[in-house]
Amino acid sequence: MEFGIVELSRLQFALTAMFHFLFVPLTLGLSVLIAIMETVYVMTGRLIWRQMTKFWGTLFGINFVLGVATGITMEFQFGMNWSYYSHYVGDVFGAPLAIEGLMAFFLEATFVGLWFFGWDKLSKVAHMFVGWLVAIGSNFSALWILIANGWMQNPVGAQFNPMTMRMEMTSFFEVMFNEVAQAKFVHTVSAGYVTAAIFVLGVSAWFLLRDRHVDLARRSIAVACSFGLAAALSVVVLGDESGYSATHTQRMKLAAMEGMWETEPAPAAFTVIGLPDQAARETHYALHVPHVMGLIATRSLTREIPGINDLVIESEERVRSGIIAYDALMTIRTEREDTPQTVLDTFEEHGNDLGYSFLLLRYVEDPREASEEQILMAANDTVPMVWPLFWAFRIMVGLGFAFIGVMAYFFVVTNFMGGRYPRWALRAAVAIIPTPWIAAEMGWFVAEYGRQPWTADGILPTAMSVSHLSITSVALTLAGFVIFYTILFVVEVALLLKYIRKGPEQDVEETEIWMARHEHRLRTHDGKGPFASPAE
Amino acid sequence: MILHQLIDFELLRLIWWLLLGVLLIGFALTDGFDLGVGTLLPFVAKTDSERRVVINTVGPVWEGNQVWFILGGGAIFAAWPPLYAVSFSGFYMAMFLILAALILRPVGFKYRSKRDSYAWRNGWDWALFVGGAVPALLFGVAVGNVLLGVPFRLNENLFSLYEGTFFQLLHPFALLAGVVSLAMLIAHGAAWLTVKADAPAVVNRARRFGITAGLVAMGGYALAGLWLAFGIDGFALVGPVATDGPSNPLLSEVARGGSWLAAYSERPWIVIAPLMGFVGIGLAVRGLARGGEVSALLWSKMGITGVISSVGLTMFPFILPSSIDPRSSLTVWDASSSHLTLFVMLVSTVIFMPLILIYTAWVYKVLWGKVGEDELNSNKNAY
Repeated sequence: MEFGIVELSRLQFALTAMFHFLFVPLTLGLSVLIAIMETVYVMTGRLIWRQMTKFWGTLFGINFVLGVATGITMEFQFGMNWSYYSHYVGDVFGAPLAIEGLMAFFLEATFVGLWFFGWDKLSKVAHMFVGWLVAIGSNFSALWILIANGWMQNPVGAQFNPMTMRMEMTSFFEVMFNEVAQAKFVHTVSAGYVTAAIFVLGVSAWFLLRDRHVDLARRSIAVACSFGLAAALSVVVLGDESGYSATHTQRMKLAAMEGMWETEPAPAAFTVIGLPDQAARETHYALHVPHVMGLIATRSLTREIPGINDLVIESEERVRSGIIAYDALMTIRTEREDTPQTVLDTFEEHGNDLGYSFLLLRYVEDPREASEEQILMAANDTVPMVWPLFWAFRIMVGLGFAFIGVMAYFFVVTNFMGGRYPRWALRAAVAIIPTPWIAAEMGWFVAEYGRQPWTADGILPTAMSVSHLSITSVALTLAGFVIFYTILFVVEVALLLKYIRKGPEQDVEETEIWMARHEHRLRTHDGKGPFASPAE
Repeated sequence: MILHQLIDFELLRLIWWLLLGVLLIGFALTDGFDLGVGTLLPFVAKTDSERRVVINTVGPVWEGNQVWFILGGGAIFAAWPPLYAVSFSGFYMAMFLILAALILRPVGFKYRSKRDSYAWRNGWDWALFVGGAVPALLFGVAVGNVLLGVPFRLNENLFSLYEGTFFQLLHPFALLAGVVSLAMLIAHGAAWLTVKADAPAVVNRARRFGITAGLVAMGGYALAGLWLAFGIDGFALVGPVATDGPSNPLLSEVARGGSWLAAYSERPWIVIAPLMGFVGIGLAVRGLARGGEVSALLWSKMGITGVISSVGLTMFPFILPSSIDPRSSLTVWDASSSHLTLFVMLVSTVIFMPLILIYTAWVYKVLWGKVGEDELNSNKNAY
């Protein structure tokens, strides 16, 4: 692969986005888990729950800050490296990003500071509400980001305007209630919950193995596995919903994920494993389970799922139609208000395929002069590289099912077997801490790599979306990010480990200081004093 | 959707031009003192406990303050996509430096106190200095370059071709604008410290730095005004302008020449902005010198509002003029989002902005009061 501006910009986006998403899922899940723990504390008055809230809160804080810091890069990068994309779709894509700031990010960022600094400035109930506001803010944040991302996958509610050379919004409601966005939102947020549950489970298991902070660890496991079981089930169910919506929104991505070259008679078989071969257009050594794919993807026995080869033929037709649209666009651009109605009608009819004509720009300066061979090459370019998608998808799904098993096991042991966890299970819980991150990154990889060759599906090719920059500047910032992010990552992990090792003891001390200082105030509340609540 | 026709396109563009100003000013007033405090940190606080006092004066609020900046970026993307596309890619290396500085800052705040080692903490203190000073300086440099005109042209597809380099951004006028911005925010940070820090040594040093910075800001601002009057060409729209036409900069004609300050003879009332700038910063300096606390901070806020508004009002309707191809210049009338998007964004802003102001004010109220060493020693969550 030749490394030009496009490849470098893609690499930079992939690296910074995937790095950002190392922190996001834990923020999403841990904010909710902590709010739940604090709620239990407020309802029962048991100090152990406050100690738990504070301990997990410290780890949350270390993680949160990097999520925020790396998120700034994401918002700026569209303008910096993807200038033409920003111009071309900013009218639609910018809105959810800005609303995210208004509605969600402001909320979480304003209250997260108060949560950490407000322990003795707020009443118990007010402090708990602040925690919930942080959790709600983080989750809404994910909603709007996924509405923006969902639009890249399924660009609804927008139309091309020849006068401004860009996509313009026609219906905000279609953008907001984009089925792809909604399915992705719940899937992604649940994945965050699973991540936090596995994290809490793993760290607590480590405490139990060393016989430290046993009370805190056992209660944390109890919360994590109930929460995690529900979340793990929901990830898989809603992942399936995403797949279902891909059957009519991103059929090429679906076919590539499945390594399905030919259209099969309905209901299609599901390929469990195999070796996809891009050149031969075939998946070797494929192990099939009959009917399953058709059932999952179409929820019917009769609807066909088109294979890659048929989709390429469709793409070819759209490239041809795109050339007609391109021709009409050129006339509209020179004639402006004086454009004949017939040309406007032609553009109306073929305008949806305009993006396909841009695929030809790789081979020819003016799409209207493209040869037959070039049209075929452009159509072939709509096929993403199959094997990475095929495997990344299988790793993600495999892990997703494994999480259900892990959570169900700990749930059963906690609730029906007296919480006697075997040591091997605790060790396994520690060992699997990194896996939800792997699954989440694989998920993003499938979603975004599978979107290629487009930035906005069918609308704007990736190769056209970049900025006018020198290779040196992009390479320089890429190197800067790699070095800078590596250092931050090392520092973050070191701090997390330090604070896990340190455990929650200090919070107990602090509790006593706090109690002594506020004894009089607590006494006036219930007349009994702080130590009258049920002892641990 | 027909609802958006309720407000016409021209008015929406004006409102969004105003809101862009409100966001930039909101950012400068809130996150501005964080940047100033970060810049002052190594100089006004010598011991570790002094430094902790300084950091914790902004500790609980910097995160929320920074959202003004993020929201500013988001609003530019949503309401002025061509501005976002041209300026972020054009000022590429400068944007990268700002980003790096702004990433250092949160991490510095959060991680500094997590280890009890001098090298660790001192390292993060300098990171906080960089995280404060670099953006404060570069924002001014960027504004200076906008006034000078930016070397970009739009091709027929409205693809932006930027023909400058990072070092060309460092034009003496732009550097002067950078100094004004940095000095103004240092004075603002100093005023904040006198209000919030319960450490007399720190407050005294902050006063001295604040007074000097305020005077530098005023002198630099006056000099920049003279420079604009005599040394820099302005831009003007030529011929009839469709204020509700499609957002395509190439459809309008622009001429270079004349002075930016011609705006003051066309719209004399805008002189109120630079007046607010001078009077505000001047009174803030006086407040710092006489030991006024809250008053210095409030005057400083007025001064910053005046300075930032004066740039926008002077340039109106231009938002990003092009030095090499004036026709490509972005103006309020040809660089906005569509009618519907501006309307949707306005509705969201009208719903959420008052909520944001209410809860931000509540958080400041809860956290009201001075930060001193005693409090830090008893609060384990402090930085």
